[in-house]
Amino acid sequence: MSITYLDAIREAQAHALRDDPRVFIYGQDVAAFGGAFKATKNLAVEFPGRVIDAPISEDAIIGMAVGAAIEGLRPIIEMQFADFSTVGFNQIVNQAATLFWRTNVPCPITVRLPFGGTSGGGPFHSQSIEAIYAHYPGLVVLTPATVEDAYSMLIEAVAIDDPVIFCEHKFLYRHLKAEKLPSEALPIGKARIAREGRDLTIVAYSAMVHDALEAATELATEGWQVEVVDLRSIKPLDTDTIIASVARTGRLLCVGEAFPWGGVTAEVIARVSSEGFGLLDVPPQRLNAKDTPIPYHPNLWLAHRPTPQTVAAAARNLLRQ
Amino acid sequence: MSQTVLESGDTADTVVSSGKYLTAYRYMLRARLLDDKFAALYRAGKIHGGVFLGRGQEALSVAIGLALKKTDVFAPLIRDAAGRLAFGETVADAARTYLGSSLGPMRGRDGNVHRGRPRDGLLPMISHLGAMISVVNGILFARRLKGISGTVGAVALGEGATSTGAFHEALNQAAVEKLPLVLVVANNQFAYSTPNDRQFACADLADKAAGYGVESHSVDGTDLTACLQTLEAAVARARAGHGPQLVVAQLLRLCGHGEHDDAGYITPQLKNSALGRDCLKLAEDFLVGKKWADTAQLAVWRSETIREIDDAVAPVQREPAPDPFTEEWQALSTKHLNEIRPDDFEI
Ligand SMILES: Cc1ncc(C[n+]2csc(CCOP(=O)(O)OP(=O)(O)O)c2C)c(N)n1
Repeated sequence: MSITYLDAIREAQAHALRDDPRVFIYGQDVAAFGGAFKATKNLAVEFPGRVIDAPISEDAIIGMAVGAAIEGLRPIIEMQFADFSTVGFNQIVNQAATLFWRTNVPCPITVRLPFGGTSGGGPFHSQSIEAIYAHYPGLVVLTPATVEDAYSMLIEAVAIDDPVIFCEHKFLYRHLKAEKLPSEALPIGKARIAREGRDLTIVAYSAMVHDALEAATELATEGWQVEVVDLRSIKPLDTDTIIASVARTGRLLCVGEAFPWGGVTAEVIARVSSEGFGLLDVPPQRLNAKDTPIPYHPNLWLAHRPTPQTVAAAARNLLRQ
Repeated sequence: MSQTVLESGDTADTVVSSGKYLTAYRYMLRARLLDDKFAALYRAGKIHGGVFLGRGQEALSVAIGLALKKTDVFAPLIRDAAGRLAFGETVADAARTYLGSSLGPMRGRDGNVHRGRPRDGLLPMISHLGAMISVVNGILFARRLKGISGTVGAVALGEGATSTGAFHEALNQAAVEKLPLVLVVANNQFAYSTPNDRQFACADLADKAAGYGVESHSVDGTDLTACLQTLEAAVARARAGHGPQLVVAQLLRLCGHGEHDDAGYITPQLKNSALGRDCLKLAEDFLVGKKWADTAQLAVWRSETIREIDDAVAPVQREPAPDPFTEEWQALSTKHLNEIRPDDFEI
């Protein structure tokens, strides 16, 4: 048997629906159609009345979820693409994220964002917007990079009493496979050492973990031992694990698929610089997408985002210093 | 599609009992005097931030609060002191929020009209206009999923909020789900300083209902009897399963947008028109005309209510303010997921 990242997301939702009568799924085309990516395939049949099609109204979809959460339910919201969550942005950052702090009433909603680049997606079906959500207090932002994490972190997300932005990478959906679903997992908030090394730390998350691992394999043939840290959760951000890794390697490269201004890579570098400056042998570096909208054509698209080759090149620069 | 149109003076006395009218009037009076109290505290520099009054909108607002049951849901807006009181909010909750008391429902974390108790069905508005409608939809939807029937959710709005995308999305959503939602639009002719002709281009906001496939009701917002009757009818229609109800009331805001605003943009002609009549004064004239109260009784009620409000607000002024040193600076309810950064300790 082989299970894809997408299967894991579907299975995690089935698990949540089965386990907890308070869970329901709401989103565009999620019911009979099974979702634009088929992440909710057959769930409407298995769980009648609990997988519900929504109109194209991202603001009202999130608002509805917050109301249901106030009423004690645990909605899972599927945004058709992360890019469209900007239409529901107000309800996410101003309604959901402030509810507990203002009123002491928790807001257990999970917002699934199919995000990230796939060739041909173009400017409005490719974005990585995790950082703008992480910027707001009151949200948990998750970026699973493996089939196992997609499954266990989604189950945990639904169980958390706070709003969770669950960023699932569209490229990983069918690309990643595992033999079986995990029975145990690291808790949310803990980063994972995806590969051990002593010469350089590459911090990455979601699909970029795989690009970083590929780069590390290539660099190993040149004699470098590169450590790869998979953040798993970008908020909370496991600063301790990052700093412990930098303490071992003395060099830091942080890789993200998102736009370059600010964001997760900048936050990681800021933290390491202020809390672990003395551990660094050379100035830390970051590698992101370019500061333009995301292009459609594969030639442009591949040049716009980090790739294993550009990650390896950036790593070599650091290693040679 | 039902279309209720009640003009002032319609079969008023036959539809609303003296008891109900008097109850409504007493809440209106309390709301007006509570607003006056907050305005006075504002002028005395005792309130941080703005003060927003519902002067002239009490008849409509109280009618919402009274038409609802305690198990219903109410998302009031800026000008709903009367509806809040009628729905069950205490003067203390209002005062504690305006004065930032740590004992209030918002504990100094939010202020003025941004107050409520979600677990009691009274939702604390966020500022973003139109955003509360879909939240009420969610509560109604959840109750349906849980098999609880008979709940109605009412949302108060100004006409300005009908221009938001959130309004459109949420009213359409409620219509698609056929939710028992009552959306009450107080068309007070201005959104801050913006007049209706810069806000919308349809002849009557109630006309919008047809486009969403929902029922509508128009009412003279200065007439308490008409408001009570219309809201009762709309809430009953929603409760009986006829889907969302859009209520549009015509009235005038008899104050500035907030107490910082002298509303110089409202012309004397408008103030002197039928729209500019004071619903509280009209209700008092009606009570006297019906001999349900005389002017001496009205004066007694007024002084009693002033005393009652003073007695409720005075102790709040002595209550502890929130303390930044003991404040839990954590936005997540899941304690261990809150990030604690080194600079959090460096006060
Ligand atoms: C989405 C949004 N935009 C702007 C504002 C600023 N604002 C607060 S109240 C207000 C006017 C509201 O007018 P209306 O909805 O007619 O209600 P009224 O004040 O007349 O009761 C504006 C523009 C806001 N709160 N929300």
